[in-house]
Amino acid sequence: MNLPLLEIRDLHLWMRSFEGEAHVLNGIDLQVQRGEIWGVVGETGCGKSLTGLSVSRLVPTPPGRYGSGQILLDGQDLLALDESAVRSLRGRRIGMIFQDPTTNLNPSFRVSEQLIDVALVAAQHSPEILGLEKGASQRAKRAAARALAGQMLVKVRIPNALDRLDDYPHQFSGGMRQRVLIAMALIGRPDLLVADEPTTALDVSVQAQILILLKEMVQEFNMGVLLITHNLGVVAQTCSHVAVMYAGAIVERGLVAEVLARPRHPYTRALLAAMPTRATPRGGLEGIPGTVPDLIAPPPGCRFAPRCGRASATCLERSPRLVPLATGHEVACVHPLPQEGV
Amino acid sequence: MIQFLLRRLLLTIPVLLGLTALVFVIARLLPGDPVALAAGPNATAADIAAYAREFGMDRPLWVQYLSYLGGLLRGDFGVSIFTRRPVIEDLAAYLPATLELVVAAMTLAMLVGIPAGLWAAAQRDRWPDYLSRVVALGAISMPRFFLGLVLQLVFAMAMGWLPLGGRFPITEDLPLRVTGFLTLDALIAGDGHAFKVACQHLLMPALAMSLSPLATLMRMMRASTLEVLQQDYVLTERALGLPQRLILLKYVARNAVSSTLTVTGLYFGWLLGGTVLVETIFDWPGLGLYATKAVVTQDFMPIIGVTLVIGTLFVAANLVIDLLYGVINPKVRQP
Amino acid sequence: MTAALSARREAWRRAVYRFGRSGLSVTGLVLVLLLLFLSVFGPWLAPYPEHITGSISTAARFGAPSAKHWFGTNEMGQDVLSLVLGGARVSVLAGLAVVLLGAAVGTVVGAVAGYAGGWTDELLMRLSDLKLTIPGLFLAMAVAAALGPGIVNMVIAIALSWWPGYARLVRGEVMAKKEELFVTAARAVGAGPGRIVFRHILPNVMTPVIVKMSLDMGFAILTVASLGFIGIGVKPPMPEWGLLLSVARSYMPDFWWTAIFPGLAIFLAVFGFNLLGDGLRDVFDPRSKR
Repeated sequence: MNLPLLEIRDLHLWMRSFEGEAHVLNGIDLQVQRGEIWGVVGETGCGKSLTGLSVSRLVPTPPGRYGSGQILLDGQDLLALDESAVRSLRGRRIGMIFQDPTTNLNPSFRVSEQLIDVALVAAQHSPEILGLEKGASQRAKRAAARALAGQMLVKVRIPNALDRLDDYPHQFSGGMRQRVLIAMALIGRPDLLVADEPTTALDVSVQAQILILLKEMVQEFNMGVLLITHNLGVVAQTCSHVAVMYAGAIVERGLVAEVLARPRHPYTRALLAAMPTRATPRGGLEGIPGTVPDLIAPPPGCRFAPRCGRASATCLERSPRLVPLATGHEVACVHPLPQEGV
Repeated sequence: MIQFLLRRLLLTIPVLLGLTALVFVIARLLPGDPVALAAGPNATAADIAAYAREFGMDRPLWVQYLSYLGGLLRGDFGVSIFTRRPVIEDLAAYLPATLELVVAAMTLAMLVGIPAGLWAAAQRDRWPDYLSRVVALGAISMPRFFLGLVLQLVFAMAMGWLPLGGRFPITEDLPLRVTGFLTLDALIAGDGHAFKVACQHLLMPALAMSLSPLATLMRMMRASTLEVLQQDYVLTERALGLPQRLILLKYVARNAVSSTLTVTGLYFGWLLGGTVLVETIFDWPGLGLYATKAVVTQDFMPIIGVTLVIGTLFVAANLVIDLLYGVINPKVRQP
Repeated sequence: MTAALSARREAWRRAVYRFGRSGLSVTGLVLVLLLLFLSVFGPWLAPYPEHITGSISTAARFGAPSAKHWFGTNEMGQDVLSLVLGGARVSVLAGLAVVLLGAAVGTVVGAVAGYAGGWTDELLMRLSDLKLTIPGLFLAMAVAAALGPGIVNMVIAIALSWWPGYARLVRGEVMAKKEELFVTAARAVGAGPGRIVFRHILPNVMTPVIVKMSLDMGFAILTVASLGFIGIGVKPPMPEWGLLLSVARSYMPDFWWTAIFPGLAIFLAVFGFNLLGDGLRDVFDPRSKR
């Protein structure tokens, strides 16, 4: 196995707030290879967005504070770099897409302008994306960037892409805008893509299209992807692997088919059970009793223990680490569910 | 875009009409008898009556108003009892001076105030930001006439660097009048010396006038920049590698400026009416001085004329601002 | 009942704490209190109170600042310090009168417009808009000249250009409050519109009005001084700061103290009120700043 594209090792993050310091990331371990689409699922507040933001070092510090732990991109620790070094990676090696397409495009600038600027900045350290000779003029670079922008819009399947290159964001529909944002995230040819709830704000009919598009792009550019979502359906459709997060830690991870068919962590099972399907009988929805723990004063040991029907005394002693079960399937639980189907 | 423009223009007509009516009524409410004043202390009743007839003041009020409106459409603003010239000639003589002063002041205010506001927002909560707040509050508290006086004291009387007042030395030739702005006319005529002299005279009065709008523009720009910095698209721009400088100076600035521009239009109108004080201190031959004299002698034709002109310019300035807003914010263009 | 009271007291205490943390706001408060103090006790504190009422002393003309005359003397031998202290009362009273009158008129107009809505609203708002088209100082000048000399007329003239701001503010607040539950309740009990507006709605919109009043005080004083400078409304021997400045102009630069001290007085008074008003606004309406 060669070096993973992205490796997060034992990442700890505290966030200072009015009431105190919350331990929001409690030892995140994750590895993403090129070509893998990792779904990161969990309820609101479990830390999945913060994990995504951490990869690009977009969490402001203060009020954030990283503890021990590393974020390795092709072996290079991002947490150890200075700001300008990290900035040169953004857009060029790491692309990001956020949730709401209406507010993530600058309304006062044409789409071409925004795409071109991202491309030009990326080209400063990776001039090959423009495909020009060394020492090309600024004008030539701009023209090449514009051509590239047009190509990207075509790639993300915007109808009449070249005609619409100079349109303003408000002239696009929601789904189209998200495509533009995907184009913007990929124009620098990043190796890693972090997508934070990319379809949550879209119509259901559009969601599927965007997910298919994402899959195509991943294959074409051979990227690794962190797809952050709370929607297990999205994970089932699009991802190759899944990591389930609870209260700042990954409790289960592995191949999508494996984890969703044979969940071993009580939380994962409860999550799957809480999802309504066509087969769910009326009044048959199961919620998960209890509430998310207070991260300023988290419970000792396993953070899910207070809500877990299988908790024992050992669960309250130490926070369980991820333990491999079958190939690629790991669970952080002292009493994992027995091997059986759901 | 044309529709937008036409619609706005159409809306201004009733406003202007209302303005004329209002001003006419106010001016007529002035007690005292300007005719008697103009006729002089030794005039007999017959003399005064003759004056009254000459100026059409013996007719009923609504007739006077209608004839005034009619005159307006013909470009006739009445005659000033005091200067004995048609008001429109007086206006043409004094208006450019005031306009030049106000335009210079607003330009200074924008050139300094807007970047300063952007910078203050970028330095939020650090000492430059704090300092800018104090300076801004101090600037709007400073009486314009006192500031002008102090400037005169220091730069003209003590150091002798700048002239004491006036627009242009009497001893020298004015550049050929094209726009009425001495600075522009000098540039058009290619007369470097005249340009320098005109600017020297313009500098202190423009400074005195610009301080207050400068401060307000700075505060507004700071506030709107801070608001823009909270937007989602700024995070996306950062996430995709754009340097902070580019984000601030290009992407944030344009979004932040639009609300500041609206204030600029308002300020333009206020300044037009507020030149009196500075014109007095610097002997600047503008509308303010003309209007003051008219008020003191209760000469209402000039009062109405000046108010109309200022009101119209104010409305025009706001129209320009609305148009500029449409340019900056493309969403506005589509009704 | 006690819960609501203690909640209010808590909010009040927090507001005071926040206010106290800002050095600028406290400075403003100090300046304003000083000004108010001087406006009441000025004439007693002045070393030469007779000068305030107009007596002159030609022998002591144009004395530079000295131990006997801290701010020097003017062209009529009057002690500039005494004149400045006397002027404090004039400025503060006139400014206060302007703001109170403008606020009173504006509040009534705005409340009526906001509550009545429809044609009344449109009419009143167009009227106040029209007022705004004419730059304030100029309007004040014209009206003051029309009404004749005297400080009372000057106050009325300035207040006339001041009220639209309050009208607009109160109208907005009243329109918002109009839909709230307690109004419907009052109406159900049978209260007439007048009673509803004045007993129920207005007390709730007072806070922004008071904040605006404190913000406006500075500019009111500035406007009074401006008109005094032009020579409208106040006449000698009233020691109004703007008037003092305009007279002193002719004696520049040799006798600079006759102008500098009255000018500084205007600046500090306005600055103090602006600092205070800014601080108050921060405390009562924090979203407008940070």
